[in-house]
Amino acid sequence: MNTSAVPLNAPDEAARERALSAGLWAFLVVVTSLFSLFLTAYVMRLSSPDAVAIEMPWQLWVSTAVLTLGSVMMQRGQLNAGGACAMGFLVAQWTAWQALQAANVTLTGNPAASFFYLLTALHGLHVAGGLVAWANVQAAPTPGRIAMCARYWHYLLLLWVVLFMAFSWITPEVARAICGVKP
Amino acid sequence: MAYVIPTRPDDESHHAPQSFWTRYVWSQDHKVIAVQYGCTAIAVGLVGLVLSNLMRLQLGFPGQFAFINAERYYQFVTMHGMIMVIYLLTALFLGGFGNYLIPLMVGARDMVFPYLNMLSFWFYLLSVVVLIASFFVPGGPTGAGWTLYPPQAILPGTPGHDWGIIVMLVSLLIFIVAATMGGLNYVTTVLQARCEGMTLLRMPLSVWGIFTATILALLAFPALFVSGVMMLFDKVLGTSFFMPSLVSMGQLSAHQGGSPLLFQHLFWFFGHPEVYIVALPAFGIVSDLISVHARKAIFGYRTMVWAIVAIGGLSFVVWAHHMFVSGMNPYFGFFFATSTLIIAVPTAIKVYNWLLTLWRGDIHLSVPMLFALAFMLTFLLGGLTGLFLGNVSVDIPLSGTYFVVAHFHMVMGVAPLLVVFGGIYHWFPKITGRMLDDRLGHLHFWVTFLGTYAIFFPMHYLGLLGMPRRYHHFTDYEFIPASAHAFNAWITVIALIVGAVQLVFVFNLLWSAFRGRKADPNPWQAASLEWATPETPPAHGNWGRDLPVVHRWAYAYSVPGAPRDFIPQDAPSKEGGAEPTYGGAA
Repeated sequence: MNTSAVPLNAPDEAARERALSAGLWAFLVVVTSLFSLFLTAYVMRLSSPDAVAIEMPWQLWVSTAVLTLGSVMMQRGQLNAGGACAMGFLVAQWTAWQALQAANVTLTGNPAASFFYLLTALHGLHVAGGLVAWANVQAAPTPGRIAMCARYWHYLLLLWVVLFMAFSWITPEVARAICGVKP
Repeated sequence: MAYVIPTRPDDESHHAPQSFWTRYVWSQDHKVIAVQYGCTAIAVGLVGLVLSNLMRLQLGFPGQFAFINAERYYQFVTMHGMIMVIYLLTALFLGGFGNYLIPLMVGARDMVFPYLNMLSFWFYLLSVVVLIASFFVPGGPTGAGWTLYPPQAILPGTPGHDWGIIVMLVSLLIFIVAATMGGLNYVTTVLQARCEGMTLLRMPLSVWGIFTATILALLAFPALFVSGVMMLFDKVLGTSFFMPSLVSMGQLSAHQGGSPLLFQHLFWFFGHPEVYIVALPAFGIVSDLISVHARKAIFGYRTMVWAIVAIGGLSFVVWAHHMFVSGMNPYFGFFFATSTLIIAVPTAIKVYNWLLTLWRGDIHLSVPMLFALAFMLTFLLGGLTGLFLGNVSVDIPLSGTYFVVAHFHMVMGVAPLLVVFGGIYHWFPKITGRMLDDRLGHLHFWVTFLGTYAIFFPMHYLGLLGMPRRYHHFTDYEFIPASAHAFNAWITVIALIVGAVQLVFVFNLLWSAFRGRKADPNPWQAASLEWATPETPPAHGNWGRDLPVVHRWAYAYSVPGAPRDFIPQDAPSKEGGAEPTYGGAA
């Protein structure tokens, strides 16, 4: 992606990548802030009496495996395989949504479900945003830029694992214990 | 460290955008984007100003202006608050001043991601267009108050509960995207694109203030994003993140179990850092104005930097002082009152350092300096009433009164705006190559400065009298004495005059941009780097063929033995004026 008004010559690619790398770190900090706040809200909201735990569909294990594979591929510099895994992850997430819908878990049914749909959707957007950057890197796949893709993919995986753990383990009972709400 | 966009002289014509469209509309030049941000912010700020005058007409002369009914009044209040805090001040300090000053002050050719920078402006413009569109949707803009508290924000009975609130939330989400794109740019540019010799502790305090405020924005705006998205879901898709089960208009709502308090926590986790997103750039800019126009090095540069950083950090642990009346565990109240009062310590350090900078300085009462001095006074007074309100037991009786209106207008309305004006008078010659008219500037200053005191001083008194805020009119309330009505009429008259004089300022901007006196490249004899560009206004790429090299801090004023009373940052080392060393660490 040429984000500059002025074409960049080869000797400056290193400086350019340093800037991109710093910008990427800053962006990941923003995303961390965003999802931390969502998770805080999740815990607070789930501590209320109307919250009910929802069963996690098995498809999520598939998506976790696919995303892990994508992270490994990116680390090994296999740009195409890594990107394909991210797309596979989105498909697996979609099937998980379908499974939940089939089980009558609706967006408005209870807060655990509302948060599940909202946060998986936002994480999906985060993945999709990564794919846009990935498509741009394909145009000029330097080692530095591939490494940045890998960093982004590792972050996607880390964030997804945190979310998955939160959905699975921070049940309403746990949330009430955290918030000190007496049942 | 140096991020260098290559420029060979023969390439210059090839690279600089040529057509009108790429140069001034789809521009990726930080200076043009800064002006675009600035003009948009001032335009939408004028809308906010008109709204405030309409509110004052109703309060000063209740019933005389029939079209300002209660519903419209609340819509004006809401839009005024949101416009002034977010779309004017935040956008102007970060998008306007940040964009213009950061690359020039750190010696960069542009922001590191110019394309993203352009997108940032266009998203901001889109958010403003969407915001203004809410005046034209069915039911008008939201009248929920600028804090948009649920459940009332989306329930029947609140003006604009149908479309207005949706449009407002969408506009805010777009604004956050714009601010994030800009913010990533500012932070990365400061970290990566400083020229040779420009260490972090040689940066002007303007850059430090904007840099720290940008970090706050990057961390705090997500809280507004989270609350905005969840409220949008509650409103449009029927979830119950914030909406409790309740009876509205005789109907049991479909919502259940949601927590309005959760929204307040999220909103103020954004809302309090937001105060410092506006205040820190103001602190930084005012430090530079005082130093330049008093011809003295800023007193305690390093403590100023650490104070900025400390205030930024503390601003994340005080948010619940906005919620004392919402009810909370007394231990929490104690914690938040204490953390709030602790913020006064680094803030007081800054005020003392400004005073000590002035002490025995060669003070030039130019228009920017007048605004800077007025800021110090206003911020001090607004800050002192903040100490009152930071205490739970004082806050609870005063929270619903005009005392709070007076406090926050002084501290985060008038004070930062005075810096905005001072900054514009100061840097206008660099931006346009022409001086703003001095006589109009003095007129603008004195009417604005004295006028805002005449407006907000009485409000402290009205608040102590118990005059409640958020009321559409104050007739027929026995506890409000006749003197309060007289005061309200007085405030309105002054507010109209202060409003009108802002038009003089806008006229001055427009007239001087084309007809003003030609400016010297460095009319204030300032030492910082932005005044050392080869051209004024600076050309595309800012620095001509070679990037500047910096040899000292930006505050080498009145150095003994120097031929002039300032030494530019990029003058050779042998001219002296190096920053003081601290324990040999510098």
